Amino acid sequence: MVSVAKRRAVQAVAALGGLLLGGTVAANVWAQQLVADLSSHLIAITTGFTGTEVVLFGTTDGAGDVAIVVTGPRGSATVRRKERIAGMWINTDSARFEQVPGFYTVATSRPLDQLVGRPVLERHQIGLPQLQLGPRETLDPQELAAFRAALIRNKQRAGLYALTFGQVAFLGERLFRTNIYFPANVPTGLYNVEALLIRDGEVVSAQTTPLVVSKIGFSAEVYDIARHRPITYGVVAVVGAIAAGWAAGAAFRRV
Amino acid sequence: MQVYLPIAEMSVNALLVLGMGWLVGFLSGMFGVGGGFLMTPLLIFIGVPPAIAVGTQANQLVAASVSGVLAHWRRGNVDVKLGVVMLGGGVVGTAFGVWIFGILQRLGQIDIAITLSYVFFLGTIGGMMLVESSRAIVRRRAPTARRGKLHRHIWLHGLPFKMRFHRSKLYISALLPAGIGAVGGMLVAIMGIGGGFLLVPAMIYLLNMPAGLVAGTSLFQIIFTTAAATLLQAATNQTVDAMLALLLLIGGVIGAQFGTKAGTRLRGEQARLLLSCIVVAVALKLAWDLFSRPADLFTLTMGAG
Repeated sequence: MVSVAKRRAVQAVAALGGLLLGGTVAANVWAQQLVADLSSHLIAITTGFTGTEVVLFGTTDGAGDVAIVVTGPRGSATVRRKERIAGMWINTDSARFEQVPGFYTVATSRPLDQLVGRPVLERHQIGLPQLQLGPRETLDPQELAAFRAALIRNKQRAGLYALTFGQVAFLGERLFRTNIYFPANVPTGLYNVEALLIRDGEVVSAQTTPLVVSKIGFSAEVYDIARHRPITYGVVAVVGAIAAGWAAGAAFRRV
Repeated sequence: MQVYLPIAEMSVNALLVLGMGWLVGFLSGMFGVGGGFLMTPLLIFIGVPPAIAVGTQANQLVAASVSGVLAHWRRGNVDVKLGVVMLGGGVVGTAFGVWIFGILQRLGQIDIAITLSYVFFLGTIGGMMLVESSRAIVRRRAPTARRGKLHRHIWLHGLPFKMRFHRSKLYISALLPAGIGAVGGMLVAIMGIGGGFLLVPAMIYLLNMPAGLVAGTSLFQIIFTTAAATLLQAATNQTVDAMLALLLLIGGVIGAQFGTKAGTRLRGEQARLLLSCIVVAVALKLAWDLFSRPADLFTLTMGAG
């Protein structure tokens, strides 16, 4: 059991190390117009995890606007629509999206519409309307828009897509920082934190910093065993329950 | 105190879950039922995905029925042979139920299937109990009512594969208890309940089993069907949250002790009337949810779902 957690932690650190290295190399190519980093590169979901905040800070080589885009691991998702059938609300139509980020938030130093033009927003997927979700079916555009809006609405309700834009605060002309909040139900995996420097309506510099969200400790072990050794997990759950029931019955025998 | 549930992937208040376990344990100790029919809707209400509520509930019921059966075992109120025959059907029913559960989950219809089965079973059984217990209370006030026949013969008793059950003093077709067990097993898998509220009346009215043996024997076989359901749910649908089950269990075991004491102060038909009111209320609440317009017509499922 302990070895599983250890192995996981080692894997997470190794992956992180490799990515950090890659990130640094990439940043150098951008000639240091923008440098940003996170207060922590690993969010550990332990048994007592109730959500956490990570500080992103950085510096620019002069005046300009900064946009931060945080994207969680992408995966497929199904949106289903309920319709009234025989008086009951039952799932009928559905649409699948293949590239749905588990988490998405944006922070900017100025309102988005004052920042850059639409093509730039689309290219860098800044803002929910510009987020690419990879719809699979060829639904007619109107239907697709309804399903897409519903997906975003559901994610927002779960606290996983930002309702409003975060604020990137400048301290002086060059130093900036912003707080990124991750709720308790944040999906695990590799996150991309992209910092963009914007001048005269163009992105002039960008840096990507990795962030790993991982279950650590007891909850990680439970999840690992449930996923990779489901039969063992089931047996342990049943044996544990029998033992607990037996102990309880014996303890309260006098009743 | 917040606790992170590794399978449900959400953070819940541990005290709230312990309290829910206590309340349901109290009621189950008081009325002698498993209480799964209350726990699953409560879990769904606090935001646990229905599929995980059902799978976890099966796990918790293993412990609840083990501790329950111990008391009956010591008093010799378990017909092991009949229990094993019921179990044969029960395991088949559970496997079938888990299979159906998986299909419905992939089709996106599992939530409605769970709610519909709840409304149907709770509505029917609760309604019948309500009528029966109110009649019993009225009859107690007017003691002239005549007594029904002790033993009725219906077509069910003419089925083949007759077996003798010495402990229950029965000579009936083995298909009968096996069939009852199969229905119970399906309920465990799809609704996350032990099915005691259905098994007990079936054993009394269809098998004509001695009333003293019914609770112990049904609990005995519920141990195995819930264990099988836990195993199968964990292996095929991965919907068993051990952490959640543990919290419910601790609350439930303590609550059950208080409930049992409180239950001794109630007369049988009063307890049944009270229980049937709760059952009917849960059914009505779920039916209301089914027919009222949801706040958002769209739902989202991540992953391959």
